[in-house]
Amino acid sequence: MTVFNLSKIAVKAMARNKMRTFLTMLGIIIGVTSVITMLAIGQGSKQSIQEQISSMGANMIMVHPGSDMRGGVRMDPSSMKSLTLDDLSAIRRYAAQLSALSPMVSSGGQVIAGGSNWPTTIQGVGEDFLMIRKMEVAEGVMFTDYEVKRAAKVCLLGQTVAENLFPDVEDVVGQTVRFKNIPLKVIGVLAAKGQNTFGQDQDDVILAPYTTIQKRIMAITHIQSIYASAESEGVSEQAEKEITMALRASHSLADDEEDDFNVRSQQELINTFSSTSEMLTLLLGAIAGISLLVGGIGIMNIMFVSVTERTREIGLRLAVGGRGRDILSQFLMEAVIVSVGGGLFGVLLGLALAYGMGNMLDWPVVVTNQSIVISFVVCAVVGIFFGWYPARKAAGLDPIEALRYE
Amino acid sequence: MENKIIRIASLEREFSVGIETIHALKGVSFDVLEGEFVTIMGASGSGKSTLLNILGALDRPSAGDYLLDGTNVGTLTKDQLAGIRNRKIGFVFQSFNLLARTSALENVELPLMYNAKVSPRERREMACQALETVGLADRMGHAPNQLSGGQQQRVAIARALVNDPVMVLADEATGNLDSKTTLDIMGLFQKLNSEGKTIVFVTHENEIAEYSNRTIVLKDGEIVKDYTNQGRQAILD
Repeated sequence: MTVFNLSKIAVKAMARNKMRTFLTMLGIIIGVTSVITMLAIGQGSKQSIQEQISSMGANMIMVHPGSDMRGGVRMDPSSMKSLTLDDLSAIRRYAAQLSALSPMVSSGGQVIAGGSNWPTTIQGVGEDFLMIRKMEVAEGVMFTDYEVKRAAKVCLLGQTVAENLFPDVEDVVGQTVRFKNIPLKVIGVLAAKGQNTFGQDQDDVILAPYTTIQKRIMAITHIQSIYASAESEGVSEQAEKEITMALRASHSLADDEEDDFNVRSQQELINTFSSTSEMLTLLLGAIAGISLLVGGIGIMNIMFVSVTERTREIGLRLAVGGRGRDILSQFLMEAVIVSVGGGLFGVLLGLALAYGMGNMLDWPVVVTNQSIVISFVVCAVVGIFFGWYPARKAAGLDPIEALRYE
Repeated sequence: MENKIIRIASLEREFSVGIETIHALKGVSFDVLEGEFVTIMGASGSGKSTLLNILGALDRPSAGDYLLDGTNVGTLTKDQLAGIRNRKIGFVFQSFNLLARTSALENVELPLMYNAKVSPRERREMACQALETVGLADRMGHAPNQLSGGQQQRVAIARALVNDPVMVLADEATGNLDSKTTLDIMGLFQKLNSEGKTIVFVTHENEIAEYSNRTIVLKDGEIVKDYTNQGRQAILD
């Protein structure tokens, strides 16, 4: 008996009981649909988190001071003064895989312009900072290296700050704002960036040369953190190592001493947050997988009923020369057609549902080929697995008894 | 030069029911020649069903020999038995045993489906021919529920003929039919027999036996009578 004959017989048998076949398939259809949809939602959220973190910067590497013990008291890392401009030059000299490097000092406070004021953060950075953070200037210009060197009293406003300080002013560039009594000339406005993944308004910021903040506003000589861009994603890890080595040398740390600073890359951030959504995907997938399993048990149930109901047919087939394995293959084929057919509908329905939901609820959905292939293979396996036992029962029937079965 | 299709020598069949052993057949011997129309008769419990199962290669004897067309059926494996049933025997059952919602033609094709040597085209041709032989050429596309009892049994007979078996084995083939249709079907069997088919017909009705050439009567697992009939002619329409 050829596979073609088998399929024909199986399809005929199923066509004789359309309603039952459909209901059996429905279990599988629901299972596969939910697997596809759930995975699409999980993957979508993972991808959107990745995209948002990527938009924070270009292969960004961040260096923060580590915490330290001072007389048995553990110090807040942000108050540490262990990073200096010497460290910055050490990194510049030593780390070859970086495309941009900028220190950062920041201070919070009220910014005043005429009659308005606004609480915000002023970040003292280098010229490269825009590139590292993937920021753009909407109006005006970025300050230059020259202005950094002479600690020029200039600044760029984020959109939120500009809107709140100058609600009625058309041309913000050229205006002056005061921060902690230091007048700063606005030479540019940053392009809007919106909220980041963590709900922070990335436009509520003022950028100024770090020298200006260090000398004129905060009166400090150290820097609070260092931002850098690796040349590419591939060398990010290498660049991180180089920065670590440069800083260890610069801080004269012995081999057995721990780092007194933290180097973290954007990639690590992505990994951290992706792992959360991967867990979510896995969980959703597992729940959906259970419904697929239940669908499989439905197949087994119906196959048992079918074998009992068709005992005489089986007897006849055995009498006219069907061997045990022919009967086995026939029933197995029926189970597989039900499950794979259900899988096919399920995939189509799952795609429709995933994209439909994505459109209606504005959720990010991503359907991977992998999830389609996996649910399809699982369907076939479910069909064979749950069809096997009833099919074995059919094949093992005694023809004499099967023919007499009432 | 008459060819012996069936040779049965001291055939025995025992069943174990709990600790008891039932001797359903206690040493039965007979031959059937090619072209014979034999009825096997007996009351229930006579062992005729057991004999039928063995003749039909559905069951194997406990002792003794059963040679069908030269093959010793008693020594075959399960799959080999299936092969014998597929190629050498044509079954006709009391309750027709047609597949529901399946056309007459496809019902007749069924045995050939299990024979890999027959191509789909040959299968169709052979099935058509078998249906013509039983006079149902115009009903090929009909499903069993669109056919009368007699027509259904004709389809079943066509199915038994389609693999050109050495023996047609009928089990109470007229048991579910009225007397007129019975006559009709017996006429068909006689026609097939006159064309050379060997027919073994198991029944418990004396009347049926009269249409055959020879009757074997079983009682308590043994042959009590084996006689030749006149072969009363059934009237064919």
